[in-house]
Amino acid sequence: MLKQLRPALVMIVIFTAITGLAYPLAMTGISGMLFPKQAEGSLIVENGTVIGSELIGQNFASEKYFHGRPSVTLGPDPADPSKSVVVPYNAANSMGSNLGPANPALIERVKTDLEKLKAENPGQPVPIDLVTTTGSGLDPDISPEGALFQLPRVAKARGVPEDKLRDLVSDLTQAPILGILGEPRVNVLALNRALDAMAK
Amino acid sequence: MTINGWIQILIFCGIVVLLVKPLGGYMTRVYQGERTFLSFIFAPFERLLYRLAGTSENEDQHWTTYAAGMLAFNLLGFLVLYALQRFQAGLPFNPAGMGAVGPELAFNTATSFVTNTNWQNYGGESTMSYLVQMAGLTVQNFVSAATGMALAIALVRGFSRASAKSIGNFWVDLTRSTLYILLPLCIVLTLFYVYSGVPQTLGAYIDATTLEGAKQTIAVGPVASQLAIKMLGTNGGGFFNANSAHPFENPDALVNLVQMVTIFAIGAALTNVFGRMVGNQRQGWAILASMGVLFIVGVIVTYWAEAAGNPLIHALGIEGGNMEGKEVRFGIPLSALFAVVTTAASCGAVNAMHDSFTALGGMIPIINMELGEVIIGGVGAGLYGILIFVIIAIFVAGLMVGRTPEYLGKKIEGKEVKMAMLAMLCLPLAMLVFTAISVVMPSAVASIANQGPHGFSEILYAYTSAAANNGSAFGGLTGNTPWYNITLGIVMMMGRFMVIIPALAIAGSLAAKKTVPASAGTFPTDSGLFVGLLVGVILIVGGLTFLPALALGPIAEHLAIAAGQTF
Repeated sequence: MLKQLRPALVMIVIFTAITGLAYPLAMTGISGMLFPKQAEGSLIVENGTVIGSELIGQNFASEKYFHGRPSVTLGPDPADPSKSVVVPYNAANSMGSNLGPANPALIERVKTDLEKLKAENPGQPVPIDLVTTTGSGLDPDISPEGALFQLPRVAKARGVPEDKLRDLVSDLTQAPILGILGEPRVNVLALNRALDAMAK
Repeated sequence: MTINGWIQILIFCGIVVLLVKPLGGYMTRVYQGERTFLSFIFAPFERLLYRLAGTSENEDQHWTTYAAGMLAFNLLGFLVLYALQRFQAGLPFNPAGMGAVGPELAFNTATSFVTNTNWQNYGGESTMSYLVQMAGLTVQNFVSAATGMALAIALVRGFSRASAKSIGNFWVDLTRSTLYILLPLCIVLTLFYVYSGVPQTLGAYIDATTLEGAKQTIAVGPVASQLAIKMLGTNGGGFFNANSAHPFENPDALVNLVQMVTIFAIGAALTNVFGRMVGNQRQGWAILASMGVLFIVGVIVTYWAEAAGNPLIHALGIEGGNMEGKEVRFGIPLSALFAVVTTAASCGAVNAMHDSFTALGGMIPIINMELGEVIIGGVGAGLYGILIFVIIAIFVAGLMVGRTPEYLGKKIEGKEVKMAMLAMLCLPLAMLVFTAISVVMPSAVASIANQGPHGFSEILYAYTSAAANNGSAFGGLTGNTPWYNITLGIVMMMGRFMVIIPALAIAGSLAAKKTVPASAGTFPTDSGLFVGLLVGVILIVGGLTFLPALALGPIAEHLAIAAGQTF
């Protein structure tokens, strides 16, 4: 095996140089030239401040906004940074709930969320994506049904007619690619920005 | 299940099958040293590299030399990756100021990437500097995949050569796999990914102010270049903790399709390389068909289970499939398909959290890995893995008719069968023994996130994934403890090297044999009967061992949920 050390050493050095440095650095350079916006993370900049990324979900709690899916990403506790607490949509620490299907914590959480949503829009079936956590904790989308379910609440909070919001939701619903690939979805951040723009 | 869901699954299968012949033809030319359209760039560079390394294209190695080279290369790769992690705090490309990775975690991660497992006990965006991600992890993503491909080709040479002392040159196979196959495809894929929204930057994490005025730190990085090889090399180690569920690592359904296709592409095409090198492409198709049968069954079960959803949630008065831990843009069908693909192929990337799958939906990934990653499998690893099963299948067929078994004109004798059994037995040994030890250790049980049978499944999944060199997880398990870091590392090495070395021994032994011409009594190995026999042997010899463990985990959980019980 000693005789094999020389080729092993040469190969590891050369391949580190090629695949570990030249390849990612060249790709970074070329991507930055060809697709600068995407390469940086598809950021949305308004008046010089970054307000988020088109692809990354944000936490919405206000009545006036559509809410994304439940997220259980962890982050440092503002009161005591040595502890971790749930900071929804923490885009520096992506994670899911990892709750198994028979875990009582899952069932309890769904139950609590369900009651809140039912109170908000009684009599309507609650779409399942609104009571299940996102795998990454950063899902930017909800289902069109999930948006329509929240619509009466948002319309009331903003004092705008529901029909107007319904048009907005249908405009911003992305169909599956070529009508086949993926699921219909609504980007929550885009929808909420459109709401704000409408109010101006 | 929906019709549209099945259309998406068929589109995926169709694309993979269409790629088999062209990619297989190209790879065959590469491994046989014929000129390809890339030779004008790489051929002079190759010669220089071989001279530096003290070898040459024409130097053929005995299987023991081949194995020694492979081991030396892997050992050095391990040391470099370990050192990079330990010293990352003082090295460049570290804008987030990550500190040194602890010794056990660094050991686990280095083993994990060298063995093509890419199990992750760390969260990428919260642990690793850009330098480690690039010069450490990405490099091993390439070369551990290339190592697997080289070994598969070496074993194929065992069948295709006669009365030969050697099985090829490890350094040449390694170099060609990387330069002619992995690298060019990755360049194209990276550009496609960036175009689709995957970041590729060395800039620091972004501080955003959300619409509601909160602070959001958005992790970015050189993601696309790593994503490309992570899939193509069936590595699966995510740039981000959430892996391909993260919107930056998998922004839409088209990217998702490309990721799944690239997980399968090389592994599927290698069956065609095999067929071409042994002079009968039908032999390759027969192997692919066996893989295909097992794959489709897995897809049906997982898709059905996830679409049926969780009865405990339905009981609350809400309808629909199991969306816990899944992303809206993929929905049920693409999440279920991805889970089967990634565990069939030893990739281990995930686009949904397997820990939150239904009991039966999460069982199929475990079974795929327990079968030894032979359904397409890891690049190269899948082919040598299934060829080991072929040897057992032929042996069983020989016993039934009382003839010395033959495969492709080679007599399968005691030595080959012993080596094949050795390779086959190491997996249940590693998976089950360590699971059994862990479930009786209170400190190891403390790592589980879900109680009852699901907690058992979390531990079983971990050792199964490590031994099969898959790398996906039931992520609730806290794996970043000294016990799991060290034992999972050991299991990964067992799963890799205790299969590779017997496979090389088989290659050497077969290459030395004469080829006997086929006769009327030869069992045709490109027939439907052979496909059935191979599938049966994989399920009985490979799968049955695990039935008791599955009964304690997912099966018990499924029955308990049906009875309305929680844990």
